[in-house]
Amino acid sequence: MPSYLFWLFSTVMLIGGVSVIAFRNPVSSALSVVTCFVGLAGLFIGLSAFFVGVIQILVYTGAVMVLFLFIIMLLDLKDEEKAAKPLLPIAAGIALVAAFMVQLIGILSRTPNVIAPTLDKEALSAAASGFPATSKIATTLTQGKLPDVHLIGHTLFTDYNLPLQILGVLLLVATVGVVVLSKRQAD
Amino acid sequence: MATLNDYLLVSGLLFAIGLAGVVLRRNIIIVFMCLELMLSAANLTLVAFSRFHVSPNGLPDYNGQMLVFFVITVAAAEVAVGLAIIVALYRARQTIHTDELTSLKG
Repeated sequence: MPSYLFWLFSTVMLIGGVSVIAFRNPVSSALSVVTCFVGLAGLFIGLSAFFVGVIQILVYTGAVMVLFLFIIMLLDLKDEEKAAKPLLPIAAGIALVAAFMVQLIGILSRTPNVIAPTLDKEALSAAASGFPATSKIATTLTQGKLPDVHLIGHTLFTDYNLPLQILGVLLLVATVGVVVLSKRQAD
Repeated sequence: MATLNDYLLVSGLLFAIGLAGVVLRRNIIIVFMCLELMLSAANLTLVAFSRFHVSPNGLPDYNGQMLVFFVITVAAAEVAVGLAIIVALYRARQTIHTDELTSLKG
């Protein structure tokens, strides 16, 4: 990804993130999270992770944040208008975050910097030999394109088949749990 | 070209923003949104490592993106259960401000 696109999407993401905390109104915060996740999806697509980028948009901004908005509507919240906040928790929070940032910069300044390996036509065609010659993955790779979704599907249903089944059970349990939780208790 | 350290720095900043939100805000719904931001920062790190680490066949390492897929799915389930708990809490206490929820305070 060109550098200016990286910084553009990063800025969108970080501004969205900061405004989540800054806004008083929960609806504005929820829309800021949407902005943040759109920037994040741009970064994913710039990293050639097309499937994850699309899933980020569909699942997070499409489903999860709409769920948040429904709950905010359901609870009928008022804006926070308390002016006098205790100073100690705020100072403690800022100190915690500053300590984290110092640690992060300290680690990153010692990490060797890596350039992304190129995914050009030669590299992709060379990778095609690892797959059956007539498969969709191999034919797309020899054309010089990255068959991201096919590769993810291939990995998901071969190496990660058991976790995928367990995930299905988890989603079922979560659905049943939500129904039980949101049922009004009989007196 | 953006390097790996650029991605890690941006992801760390996003995590720090989420952490600050969890510590500073008093509205439990916004605390929950900031948890999502922290999960997404971890996802960005995983995808960046997946792209910058070449697996033996020359393609990006798809094991990292598998973990992102599972994190996103579990996060969706977590949001559903968490919001149901928040609604139940609001019904019981008529508040979602963490300052007013003190029944576990010693």
